[in-house]
Amino acid sequence: MTFHSILFRTAEDRAKEDVREAPDHFADLNLDQIIDAITAGKEEYDLKPFFYAPSRDTETVAYRHDVMRDLEGPALRERIESFAQQMRGMRGHLSHASKRRHRFEKARWFLDAVDLYCDAVSRLDRDLFAADVKAQGFLAFREYLSAYARSDRFTSLMAHTKTLKRELSSVTYCVLMRDNSVTVRRCESESDYSTDVLATFAKFKQGAVKGYAVDFSDLPDINHIEAKVLDFVAQLYPEIFLELGAYCNENGDYADGVLTAFDREVQFYLSYLDYVSTFKRAGLPICYPGSSNESKDVHANDSFDFALAHKLLAAGTPVVCNDFFLKGKERIIIVSGPNQGGKTTFARTFGQLHYLAALGCPVAGRDAQLWLSDRIFTHFEKEESLDNLRGKLEDDLVRIHQTLQSATSDSVIIMNEMFTSTTASDASALAKRVMERIIRLDALCVFVTFIDELASMSEKTVSMVSTVAPENPAVRTYKVIRMRADGLAYAISIAEKYRLTYERLKERLGP
Amino acid sequence: MKAFLMHKTRDLDLEEQVPANEPELTQDLELNTLYEAMALGDKVVFEVAKHTLLTGLTDRAEILYRQTVLRDCLNNSAAVRELYDIAAQAIEDEKKHYWGFGSKYPSSILRRAVDLLEMFMASLKRLRNVAEQHTGAFASDGFATLFTMLRRELSDEYFAIVQSHLNRLAFRDGVLASATLGTGNKGTGYVLRKPLERKQSWAERMFAGKPPAFTLYIHPRDEGGARALSEMRDRGINLVADALAQSTDHILNFFSMLRTELAFYIGCVNLHERLAKKGEPICFPVPLEHIDRRHSFRALYDICLSLSMEQRVVGNDLTADNKDFVMITGANRGGKSTFLRSIGLSQLMMQSGMFVPAESFCANICDGVFTHYKREEDAAMESGKLDEELGRMSGIIDNMTANPMLLFNESFAATNEREGSEIARQIVCALLERRVKIFFVTHLYELAHGFFDRNLENAIFLRAERQADRKRTFKLIEGEPLQTSYGEDLYARIFGADASGAPCSPPA
Repeated sequence: MTFHSILFRTAEDRAKEDVREAPDHFADLNLDQIIDAITAGKEEYDLKPFFYAPSRDTETVAYRHDVMRDLEGPALRERIESFAQQMRGMRGHLSHASKRRHRFEKARWFLDAVDLYCDAVSRLDRDLFAADVKAQGFLAFREYLSAYARSDRFTSLMAHTKTLKRELSSVTYCVLMRDNSVTVRRCESESDYSTDVLATFAKFKQGAVKGYAVDFSDLPDINHIEAKVLDFVAQLYPEIFLELGAYCNENGDYADGVLTAFDREVQFYLSYLDYVSTFKRAGLPICYPGSSNESKDVHANDSFDFALAHKLLAAGTPVVCNDFFLKGKERIIIVSGPNQGGKTTFARTFGQLHYLAALGCPVAGRDAQLWLSDRIFTHFEKEESLDNLRGKLEDDLVRIHQTLQSATSDSVIIMNEMFTSTTASDASALAKRVMERIIRLDALCVFVTFIDELASMSEKTVSMVSTVAPENPAVRTYKVIRMRADGLAYAISIAEKYRLTYERLKERLGP
Repeated sequence: MKAFLMHKTRDLDLEEQVPANEPELTQDLELNTLYEAMALGDKVVFEVAKHTLLTGLTDRAEILYRQTVLRDCLNNSAAVRELYDIAAQAIEDEKKHYWGFGSKYPSSILRRAVDLLEMFMASLKRLRNVAEQHTGAFASDGFATLFTMLRRELSDEYFAIVQSHLNRLAFRDGVLASATLGTGNKGTGYVLRKPLERKQSWAERMFAGKPPAFTLYIHPRDEGGARALSEMRDRGINLVADALAQSTDHILNFFSMLRTELAFYIGCVNLHERLAKKGEPICFPVPLEHIDRRHSFRALYDICLSLSMEQRVVGNDLTADNKDFVMITGANRGGKSTFLRSIGLSQLMMQSGMFVPAESFCANICDGVFTHYKREEDAAMESGKLDEELGRMSGIIDNMTANPMLLFNESFAATNEREGSEIARQIVCALLERRVKIFFVTHLYELAHGFFDRNLENAIFLRAERQADRKRTFKLIEGEPLQTSYGEDLYARIFGADASGAPCSPPA
């Protein structure tokens, strides 16, 4: 079992990694908001390229699911996080070392960086040995780490580091500070004067009092007087400081590349788990979806839009979940119904689910089965642009043409309100033409439209409708329900009110 | 160092919870009048007196302990005032004279601490001198312990040690500190060291050889260097400045403690002087265990009433031994409310360790005094008056202690006599079965006479006295409740004799 990476199963997979540009559909699906939220605060790891590279390979998806599942165990997660924290500390020390001038100051920051690294490695080795890991990725990593932690290279680095740390911490000296001079020498047996003072006045003590010690920790760097004092101290303890200089020269490239890559890549999982944990805490369901690059049967139950839910939870507003399924020959969901009823959100959810599933991540929903597409295309309304000098209708047509040129039967196409800038009959005719193309393509598609007759065009199309509350049609439920587009949404919501819908009856009647 | 004047083995704890019915007690017994007479404008005395009266002692020995300390104070008031003034002055000086300790520089913190200590030492010396002068004149355990402690802990040797510290902390020979290497090899963990005293002979010094030492001189024009050096000095003295500043806080707290412990007695001395000037009697009460039922006194007067008028006030006598229930009826403006207040006040005063306003006084201890007085109608009140009364009663029951005393003043009169009497009867009966001690002032004839007819062994009935010429004596006598409260008399006095009809005759 050779370990390549905690993210990539094989060396070839890794080669595809370095994508710097977000896919075109990111903004339309609000995936940009989602990935921004996931990677917020983790900029140092440069995680976005990982989120720009979906996979069609079910084995890669499974590899990541397994790693993610292991990391959901709190014990392992804490261990990996403390490793990350030590590694972050190490980088902080190194960057500080590079900014300082005095050679013994630089050297000490460097020594402490290596020390943190050694501790991080040996602790992770110990922790993983005890951890209950099942993922192929973690099993291979554990093996690699174990071998590394026992290698001569690492053990001698660690021994050398600890010795030097111990020697430096044994250094004590006395300074005698007068008005214009400072004298440095070794200590004799002078006693601690503060304890004398405290003892003298202890008899008055009635209870605890506040402390008056000034905190000097905000000045971590040495000034030029302290630099001189440090030079004197080095003269008092010459062997130790000679050793320190030699150590720095010898250990410039101490860090192992595979471990530093692990430190970065494992953050992909941790950041994602952090993000979805806010949903879980709010009681929203998250699942590992089934995925396929062969069968286009897809479904999701109790799913929701991550980006919207993120905002709603922050505002304390409840999140509405929706279901969908396509099976057999069904490929296309036509979404119609009242405005502001959650149609666009539904379409985005569909796109988000498919994209995030292809990253090997858990998705929003109680359960889901999703398609690993070759590409996701979106067609959302754009502001009229002066650049291309085309009319809106023309622009719609040009863009959909481009999409249909590039899309394959493995693609997912999400269209939102096309042809709104022409007459109803025109729009209907154009939409039907586009639909015919997509039906022939056999791609998966969600089409949000007011042209509800599209729903009955073919056995590949199904109709879903956004609904309103029956007692007050102005109140939106944000529920999108699979049903014929014939204005029955109102009746359905009345049934909902009396808990007589299918779902509610199921709940009431029990298993 | 502890004073232990208020309790034999612990400090007075001002954080101790005052009873929940503190606002009612204060209003009904007019406690603020008492506090003000004790405090004479001193806020600390006011607060401590208030706290002490509200959190009375329930242990006889503790009450007697305070009584002996208080006797000492009454006999040596000048010396006690001197002690109090020394403590108060030290605290005031600390506040007034010195800028705060909020400095970022240990050297400033240290300088302030040294200044403060010098001032405190002078005050401590004065304390010790008072203790030395007056030791023989005090008889109580409390003061004996305090004076012994002051003389032992504040010896001349001790002051010499403190002075040597203060001299050393001027750092005439520079600051000597040890340090270790911290982050980035920066000096850290500075600890101020006491230089070794060289006792070697001349020859030893010659041969011992000097350990290596390196000295850096800072150029007079190197301002950055001078700043850096002074920062390093600050690090060196950081811990000792902390220690010394904390020590000044300890001493300040010592003075605060002493002032708090003395404040109550100062209040008592003030009050005593005021009453003595008027010729009002006082006595040290005899407390009995809470299971006993005694309430016997001679010439008990309402101290708050006395404090608010020039002439002396009328006192009452009572012998109510083995009684749980004292019911007071009788003439309007006949002194019933005053009597009831004197009962409440004397109980609180006795249990705080004070003297009481009477010629003699003996009562059992209660662990709570509750008052239920008729209230003015409140304009903002949403509920009716009886609602309000019953609500307050329910609140009393919620907070009631194991062995309380309840003072009712014209309670449950907000409805007709029959209903009011019935409500009150049920409440009183229930309370008596729990052996609650009750004083009940009422005009409710049905209530009063109903209890009278039951010939309860543990009840006594008092009546505001009225002489034949309709003059009130403000004295209460033991007697059967009468059906009128002589409102006619009041009417007659206000409207003149012509307006009066024949007074109702008491029932046969």
